[in-house]
Amino acid sequence: MPLKSEPVEVNIGPQHPSTHGVFRMVATIDGERITDVKMIVGYLHRSMEKLAEERTYTQNIPFTDRMDYLSAINSNLGYCLAVEKLAGIEVPERATVLRVIFSELQRVASHCMATGAFINDCGAWQTPVMYTFRDREKVLDLIEMTCGARITTNYIRIGGVAFDIPDEFLPALDRLVNDDLPQRFDEYDRLLVGNEIILMRARDVGVVTPELAINAALSGPMLRSAGIAWDLRKADPYCGYDTYAFDIPVGYNGDSYDRMVIRIEEMKQSLRIIRQAVHRLPGGPHKTDVPLALRPPAGEAYARIESPKGELGFYIVSDGGPAPYRWHVRAPSLINLSVLKEMTVGQTIADAIVTLGSIDINVGEVDR
Amino acid sequence: MPALLTLITHNWYDIRDLSNLSGKIEQLIRDANGPGWLVFVVSALLGAAGIVSFIGAVAIINIWIERRVVGRMQSRLGPNRAGPFGLLQPVADAIKLMQKEVLQPKVADGLVFSLAPIAFTVPGILVMAVLPWGRNMALANLDAGVIFILALTSLGALAVFAGGYGSNNKYALFGAMRVIAMLVTYEIPSVLALLGLVLFSGTMNLSGIVLFQAKYWMPLLLVQPLPFIIYFISSSAELNRTPADLAEAESEIAGGYHVEYSGMKFGLFYAAELINAVSVSAIIATVFLGGWWLYKVDEIVPGWMIFIGKIYAVYFLFVWTRGTLPRFRIDQLLAFAWKWMTPMAFLNLVLVAAEVLIWNETGVSAGLVLPLYAVLNAAFAGVLIVAWVKFMGPRFSRFPERLRYYSQIDVPSLPAVATRTDGGAPGLAEGRSA
Repeated sequence: MPLKSEPVEVNIGPQHPSTHGVFRMVATIDGERITDVKMIVGYLHRSMEKLAEERTYTQNIPFTDRMDYLSAINSNLGYCLAVEKLAGIEVPERATVLRVIFSELQRVASHCMATGAFINDCGAWQTPVMYTFRDREKVLDLIEMTCGARITTNYIRIGGVAFDIPDEFLPALDRLVNDDLPQRFDEYDRLLVGNEIILMRARDVGVVTPELAINAALSGPMLRSAGIAWDLRKADPYCGYDTYAFDIPVGYNGDSYDRMVIRIEEMKQSLRIIRQAVHRLPGGPHKTDVPLALRPPAGEAYARIESPKGELGFYIVSDGGPAPYRWHVRAPSLINLSVLKEMTVGQTIADAIVTLGSIDINVGEVDR
Repeated sequence: MPALLTLITHNWYDIRDLSNLSGKIEQLIRDANGPGWLVFVVSALLGAAGIVSFIGAVAIINIWIERRVVGRMQSRLGPNRAGPFGLLQPVADAIKLMQKEVLQPKVADGLVFSLAPIAFTVPGILVMAVLPWGRNMALANLDAGVIFILALTSLGALAVFAGGYGSNNKYALFGAMRVIAMLVTYEIPSVLALLGLVLFSGTMNLSGIVLFQAKYWMPLLLVQPLPFIIYFISSSAELNRTPADLAEAESEIAGGYHVEYSGMKFGLFYAAELINAVSVSAIIATVFLGGWWLYKVDEIVPGWMIFIGKIYAVYFLFVWTRGTLPRFRIDQLLAFAWKWMTPMAFLNLVLVAAEVLIWNETGVSAGLVLPLYAVLNAAFAGVLIVAWVKFMGPRFSRFPERLRYYSQIDVPSLPAVATRTDGGAPGLAEGRSA
């Protein structure tokens, strides 16, 4: 006689150790299998896009820090690129190279966090996350050395960067990029990439097919894990990324494991970019003079960058006034999250947590 | 020097064996013509007091040990603020937990909910009673000691189930169901592993097993490595420790069975987990590592000190696995038990039975046959593990070269993302005042 059972609805989040903030998903489960997932976002909504319409262009930069607070410099960069495009501001060469250095450092920090948190979701009891945090701390030390802040940097400004690098920055960067981090990444390769339990937990879990990835407009490691070679640094270069030599790692299976490996590889590629950028760092000013109450001509502009999470786009409409008329953010976390249902239905609860961890969402960016 | 040793060891009572102390007290009672039952009551109470005080110390100090050791593994310091080296941290934790309000969900089954933490604590303490702490230092020298400890170690899972089920919470129910699935799965290999030892040593009495190892100068770990591995893994599953902490699974089900517990009830769960870990470590130290016996050392150093040292050596292994391994999924964990551990344990049992038969029939001297068996069984274990990984294990290439690298990518004709400066955005005509 078959046992009678009925589906149960389980709230995962908003207060849950593994939802990376205040994201909530309501899973309908049959035993341990998930049959349906409802995603509920908005617990961290701060109405940034509306608030930005009341503030000047320069005053809006701190909002971008607080969207994806794990890669604040990348968010700064995307926004500033959009405003510069709108206002037709030329950026000095030194500022462009500094932007590349810092956005790649920030990418390393963000991917460190993503990798550690992902293994934590796989159930390793805090150890990998402590190791990756240790490396992230070193990167944040460099950022702090330059701009005084660690998380919400507000470093990249319209027309350049806020501060020039101090004298002790380049030796410290050299130590980090050439000694410390390569050793750490080899350690990740040994401990994580070949780990049998992580293979069992992450292989074939949370699979995204290439068709689904394109239809859902995924980007970043999510898209590349599905086997599609797409990186805005190559496809639509900004900040002179087309002049740097680096590779785009692309997976085959589209599963959580591929995403983890891609992130580790991307960190190595970021170090390559930083080495080249340090080599070519020119002298000169680190910013152009831009009025604080900038009044770009009426019009619209869209700028997009490859943030650690994916394609981060800023769409700005100006009516000629000191504040943007409309400000819209294409947040990669939100769009990558939209396929969660397709990825998790049919899996167990434990797999769903691993899948969610591998998307690497940042609720600050999802909700804005 | 020998005179000094004699002074220490033969004055009043011999600290190498605490049973001398209780023997002395019993003698005093007998000399005073006390009733016969009083002797039994007093010796039982003395033993119980010793064990409970040890357990109390364990519950306090292990919090510190575990957090410090894992802290070192995680390249951080661990608790170091309260007291020297953070030694007072457990005290601070306990005081905090006692001050917190003990919440109980309205829908919970009150009796089951309240009894579960207590029921979880008791078996771990009871196990200590049958373990020999020294040559004559078993509080209850049961002839069926192995069966007794097997029964007790599986009781803890029932308490976890009661706590999870009684909480009336979905996460707790998950934890409860998982713990039962793991109980029925992992009990079999652990029983079979210990059965091999019982066959080999010919006794179920834990003191007897230790004496067997002392007699032949051979810890059973060397003779039977495979049961050690099996028992270690299955007991770590029963203990809810990290490669198999599915009933708790903080990252998945947010604490599982104890998600609704707070205050000292939670503290009791927390302490009992440490107590159970020490109990299982003590079982492993007794049956595999020779308990209080350590070659000639146990004639100088008190046996119970050697025993505690061995307990913490095994406990360190548990902490080590907890600090380094990610968690299995429930189906993977159960499949591992049914497909690997249970068949291995059966094969091992057959092999051990054959070995014992050969030993008994031929009457070869133990000095010859035990090293031979040690090598044979280690080879057997190695072959089985390698063969299983090769033929039955998950089909993964170990270091997959599975990423492609692109230095150039094809860009399809992109829609122009152009900047418009003609003021063509909708709604701009009326605009806001700039």
